[in-house]
Amino acid sequence: MDKVWNILKNVSDPEIPVLTVVDMGVVRDVEEQDGKLTVSITPTYSGCPAMNEIESNIRWALEEAGYNEVEVKTLISPPWTTDWMTEEGKQKLQEYGIAPPEGSSADKSVLFGEAKKVMCPRCKSRNTKMISQFGSTACKALYQCEDCKEPFDYFKCL
Amino acid sequence: MKDQLLQYTLRLGDNALILGQRLGEWCGHGPILEQDIALTNIALDQLGQARLLMQYAAEQKGEGYTEDKMAFFRDVTEYHNCLMVELKNGDWGRTIARQFLFDTYNYFFYTALLSSADERLKDIAQKAIKEITYHAQWSAEWLIRLGDGTEESHRRVQESLNDLWEWTGEMFMMDEVDKAMLEAGIGVDLNRIKEQWDQKVSQIIEMATLTKPEDGWMQSGGKQGEHSEYLGYVLAEMQHLPRMHPEAEW
Repeated sequence: MDKVWNILKNVSDPEIPVLTVVDMGVVRDVEEQDGKLTVSITPTYSGCPAMNEIESNIRWALEEAGYNEVEVKTLISPPWTTDWMTEEGKQKLQEYGIAPPEGSSADKSVLFGEAKKVMCPRCKSRNTKMISQFGSTACKALYQCEDCKEPFDYFKCL
Repeated sequence: MKDQLLQYTLRLGDNALILGQRLGEWCGHGPILEQDIALTNIALDQLGQARLLMQYAAEQKGEGYTEDKMAFFRDVTEYHNCLMVELKNGDWGRTIARQFLFDTYNYFFYTALLSSADERLKDIAQKAIKEITYHAQWSAEWLIRLGDGTEESHRRVQESLNDLWEWTGEMFMMDEVDKAMLEAGIGVDLNRIKEQWDQKVSQIIEMATLTKPEDGWMQSGGKQGEHSEYLGYVLAEMQHLPRMHPEAEW
């Protein structure tokens, strides 16, 4: 099973290619029964347009490694949360220029309209402001750094 | 009971699908790029939620139904969305006003649906509520920005609220389907949602320096399949391609 997980660790996310589907916490489970492999994945957002591509990429990667009977199952429960993103994944995001999710998804401050003081991934300043709650993909918000003036994406907590 | 659950599922799915389709019309027409993107993000979330609900509805229906068949091969009278979501978008202020009234309703509705006795609806609610929370915050912020903005933005968004008000009542009307689902522990008590909604809507409207319209005569019928003239046009645009090429695949 470790071998399968290692293969999956090389399948990148189509929207954020610097992350793998394992970094993202999108792969929930891998099972093997009678030579048949079942991989369970879960969407980050219910309308995530990358799901079909993620499914095919997983299938191709496993077929290339000799697994011919592969089923990719999509689960919605329990719902995906940014808490499942690996520390390594958060680090990679930061280096890529996307501010990783801060704190836990249990934080409900979003309900009360308080924008988080997110750290700028470039100059590390916390003097930043939210430009829009919705960024280039559903999972990101758009921020701008007040110090270095660079706009950046923030992977918002979910 | 079986038919009622199917209809209940479709009501939720159709609200999401039709509103998603309406919001999609803004793609490329938003007042600024960031908000164009925000609105299409919300539209995408609505479509995602609609898919989950259509998949469930198709499974309940059986007879070879699929989510696509549910979306593209039902006619106006077979749609069960509430009327407000099928109305024309109007200007930005009107789109925001409708979104605010609906998102706030949706937020309390799906929060209550988290304790549904129907496992599948509960799972869908768990997924959807995370997205809806962001929508509700966004549209409330915009209502405040426009209401407490310029004289012109205030005037337009107030007029939109006044015009839309008669379409809000339907969201809270409980018919036989709603009552049966509530009794079974599957559905939501709309009287309770109405209280929560009233409170939140009043609070935000006040922050926006706007005036809450008086409750009067309310439009209804969408949930039961009687729609305004607008829905036919929405469906025509949404459905014409799959109907022209029913077996087409990407």
